[in-house]
Amino acid sequence: MIGYAFKRFLGAVPTLFIIVTAAFFMMRAAPGGPFDAARKLPPEIEHNMKAAYDLDKPLLVQYGLYMGRLAQGDLGPSFKSKDFTVAQLIGIGLPVSVRLGLAAIVLAAAFGVSLGVWAALRQNQWQDYSVMSFAMFGITIPTFVTAPILTLIFGVYGINMFGRELTLPVGGWNGGAVRNMILPVIVLALPQIAILARLTRGSMIEVLRSNYIRTARAKGLSAQAVVVRHALRAALLPLVSYLGPAVAGILTGSLVVEQIFGIPGIGRYFIQAALDRDYTLVMGVVICYAALIILLNFIADILYGLLDPRVRVS
Amino acid sequence: MSAAGQTGGRKAQTLERAFAGRSLWVDARARLFRNKAAVTGMAVLAAVTLLAILAPLISRYAYDAIDYDLVSCAPGWWPFEATCKAGGAHWFGTDAVGRDLFVRVLYGARVSLAVGFVATLVSLVIGVLYGATAGYLGGRVDAVMMRAVDILYSLPFIFFVIILMVMFDRNFFLMFVAIGAVVWLTMARIVRGQTLSAKQKEYIEAARAAGVSPFGIITRHIIPNVAGPVVVYVTLTVPDVILIESFLSFLGLGIQEPLTSWGVLIADGANTIEAAPWLLVFPALFMGVTLFCFNFIGDGLRDALDPKDY
Repeated sequence: MIGYAFKRFLGAVPTLFIIVTAAFFMMRAAPGGPFDAARKLPPEIEHNMKAAYDLDKPLLVQYGLYMGRLAQGDLGPSFKSKDFTVAQLIGIGLPVSVRLGLAAIVLAAAFGVSLGVWAALRQNQWQDYSVMSFAMFGITIPTFVTAPILTLIFGVYGINMFGRELTLPVGGWNGGAVRNMILPVIVLALPQIAILARLTRGSMIEVLRSNYIRTARAKGLSAQAVVVRHALRAALLPLVSYLGPAVAGILTGSLVVEQIFGIPGIGRYFIQAALDRDYTLVMGVVICYAALIILLNFIADILYGLLDPRVRVS
Repeated sequence: MSAAGQTGGRKAQTLERAFAGRSLWVDARARLFRNKAAVTGMAVLAAVTLLAILAPLISRYAYDAIDYDLVSCAPGWWPFEATCKAGGAHWFGTDAVGRDLFVRVLYGARVSLAVGFVATLVSLVIGVLYGATAGYLGGRVDAVMMRAVDILYSLPFIFFVIILMVMFDRNFFLMFVAIGAVVWLTMARIVRGQTLSAKQKEYIEAARAAGVSPFGIITRHIIPNVAGPVVVYVTLTVPDVILIESFLSFLGLGIQEPLTSWGVLIADGANTIEAAPWLLVFPALFMGVTLFCFNFIGDGLRDALDPKDY
C-alpha cells in the first residue's frame, strides 16, 4: 500500500512539471506583456522594468530561472500588484476559495447521497422520478444561470419564510460570514448534488440487487439495518473515485461564482491576472489548482484502496 | 417431405431471416421514436435550429441595429412592472443599448449551436482516429497512447482554454480548436475501449469462422457495435461544448460584440437582473431548453442503442 502510494506520488511530479512548462510557454507565446499600459512608457524605463523582472533575457533562460526559483518554493513577485509576492496573494485568496469549495463539497455530499439513496429505495415511484428530474435540471443548468436567478429570488426580492423576511446578501465576502456564503455555496453545490444523486442512485440500485443483501434480508434484519449497514457501505464506494472530478468541477464553478458574488478568492485573480499578462500570478494560480486536483485524485485513489480490499490486489 | 428437405427448408428460412432481419439501427430507431422525451427533444431542437437559421428572415430588426428611444424596454406583454415597454415586434424587449433581444437570442443560438456542432465534430474526428488506432494496434502502442491521454486528462484543462482565449485575443477559430481539444479525450477513451472489446468478441470469431470477409466483419459487426456509444457520447458532448463556450463568453473571453452568443447574453442579463430581468430570462430559457433537448435525445439514444438495459 505504502509502495503504491509512493509510486503514485512520484507519478504526480512529471504531470505537475508538464503543466508548469505548458503554462509558462503558452503565456509567453501570447502577444502583449505585463507592462503594455495604455500610456506608452519611455523606452528606458520599460527596459529597466523588464530587466528588473528578467524579462529582457532569452525565453529559455527565463524558464530556467523560474523553474529554479520554483524548486525552492518561490513563486516570484506579482507584476501588477507590485507590493505583493504571488505567494502572498495566494495566501490571501486561497483560504477564501478553499472555504467556499469545502462548504460546497460537504453540502453536495450530504444532499446528493441522501437524495440518491432515497430515489434508489423508491425506484420507479414518484420520489425517484422527482429526484431524477431535479438531477437532470442541476446537471443541465449551468452555474452562471442559477447564480443570477437565485440572487434575484433570495437577494433582490427576498422571500418571506416562516414569518421572517429572508433576504440574503447578493455579493461580497464580509470576512466569510455565513449569510454571505449561503448563496454562493448553494450555487456551487447544485450541479454536484445532481451528479452525486445520480451516481448514488445507480450504484445503490445495483447493490440492492446483490446476493448478500438478499441474505441480510432473509436472516431477518430490519430494512434500516440492511440499507445503512450493508448496502450503503458498498454503494458509496464508487463515489470515492468521483472526488477528483468533483473538485475539478467546483474549481471551474468557483471561477464564475467568485466573479458573480464578488468573492476575493483565487478564481478572480486568475481571470484578472490572465487579462493583465501578470505571468507569475497566472502561473502561481495554475500551479495551485493543478496541485489541488492532483492531490485530491491521489487521496481518492489511496482511499479507494483502503476502503475496498479488492482493488489492492492489482 | 423428407427430413433432409425439411432441414434444408428451415436453413434457407433462417438465412432469409438473417438477411432481411431487423438491424440494430432499425430496432434502435423504433425504440427511440417510442421515447416521448427524446422525440419532444428532437422536435424542439429542430425548431430552435430552424429559428436560428432563419433569424434574419423572421425578425424585422437587425441584430446590431440600435434604437436609442427604446433602451432596456420590457416586451409589450411583460406582466410585471417595467420602466418602459417596447411595442412592435420586440417580442423579447430590448437590451441596454436598445437592440432587439429576440433577434439577438436567435443570433446567439447560431453561434452557440455552430460552436457546439463544429467543436464536437473536431473532437469526434480526433477521438475516433486516436481511439481506434490505439484499440486496434493494442500492446505497447496502445499503452503509450493511452498513458498520454491519462496525463492530459489530469490537467486542469479549462484553465488552459482560458489562458489560450485570453492570450490570443478571443479568436473565434481558436475557440473551436481549444474546446475540441478538451473534449476529444473522453471520445478517444470510449472508442478505444469499444474497439478493444469488440475485436475479441465471440461473434467476431464466429463471423470469421463462417467465412465473412474482413470488410464484412468491420462494417456489419464492429462498426455498429462501436458506433452506439459513440453516437450517444456525441449527443452528450454537444451540450457540454455549448456550456464551455457560454462559460468562456460569460467570463468575457468568448465571442465579441456586436456578435453574440447565449453566454454573452446571459452575462449581460445577469448584470442588469434587477432593472431588466427579461434580459436574463429569455437567453437562459433558450439555452436551458436546448441543453435539455440534447440530454433527452442522448438518454433516449442510450436506451435505444443498449438493449442490455432492458
